[in-house]
Amino acid sequence: MSDASINASMIREDDASLGDYFALLKPRVMSLVVFTALVGLLAAPVGVHPVVGFCAILFIAIGGGASGALNMWWDSDIDQVMKRTKSRPIPAGKVDKGEALSLGLALSGLSVIMLALATNVFAGAFLAFTIFFYVVVYTMWLKRATPQNIVIGGAAGAFPPVIGWIAATGSMTIEPWLMFALTFLWTPPHFWALALFMRNDYDIADVPMLTVTHGRRSTRKHILVYTIILATFALATAFTGVGGPIYLTVALVLNALFLKGAVQIWRRDEAICEDDNFKVERSFFKLSLLYLFLHFGAILAEALLKPYGLGGW
Amino acid sequence: MSLRKEHELHNRRKGRNFGVGLLLAGFVVLVLALTMVKVTSAGFTFPEIEGGE
Repeated sequence: MSDASINASMIREDDASLGDYFALLKPRVMSLVVFTALVGLLAAPVGVHPVVGFCAILFIAIGGGASGALNMWWDSDIDQVMKRTKSRPIPAGKVDKGEALSLGLALSGLSVIMLALATNVFAGAFLAFTIFFYVVVYTMWLKRATPQNIVIGGAAGAFPPVIGWIAATGSMTIEPWLMFALTFLWTPPHFWALALFMRNDYDIADVPMLTVTHGRRSTRKHILVYTIILATFALATAFTGVGGPIYLTVALVLNALFLKGAVQIWRRDEAICEDDNFKVERSFFKLSLLYLFLHFGAILAEALLKPYGLGGW
Repeated sequence: MSLRKEHELHNRRKGRNFGVGLLLAGFVVLVLALTMVKVTSAGFTFPEIEGGE
């Protein structure tokens, strides 16, 4: 296309920058993907060449980012009406839907092929399945159909440590699934706490969030039940192959705090929450971020100290 | 509408194009590094060519 063929309507003041395209990849979710995949890769009992390891994490992250772009392409209608998401590149008018779709598809293909070439076909296939699960099963199918959307969507976010492990070993054992379960069980209380204090967003967008379909009291009960299951599981993991004394100490402290927060959320009523602007729910949400980071950090510490005879039991 | 040789649009897009260029160059370096690691690893063997000598 020559400059002469450009018409005035194509010259936009809010032209997308490279940062807007990067925002399509959901960088914050990507950071969780990078960290958990890295833990999966390093906790594996097989050494990986640093360049191969770097490529594996990079392409898993790009695959995660591609899922984010495809999610934003499909969900641009609801992102437009939710306060939390209306400044995303598509609803903000910076990036076209078609561009997001193209970027998502291109990066999906690139990440899957490159991960398979850099590590093994099994890892590439598992990344492809993860993208499919997040985009088709969660985003397109279940997110708008069931209040258990968060539970199912959590599975997609929990796959990266499994992919990291497979990238290193080329095979599947129980250990990466323990890491999967940790993220999978953590996701519902994390997101339901968010839904409690971002309540109008999901109402307006007509997403069947538990707070909308079953009510806020039921959501509080669900947070408590899931936190109890999560705490039980997180503590039991301390006595498995990926656990050890460091992990046990971290898990004891964090799960005590997390359970305390969940009980407080369960006991609170809406009037008190309105008065203090959901103080407890907000701090529970912040704690949940630290919770996952430190649990995986402890698994990583156990794995890194093992060669020196310090990690594990 | 024709654009001046140095329209403001060109300047705005310069940064974006430069960024894409850097990403592509980085990708090339990464593929090169990965190839070097693969072909110098202990387990590497050249694939057999059918009908070859």
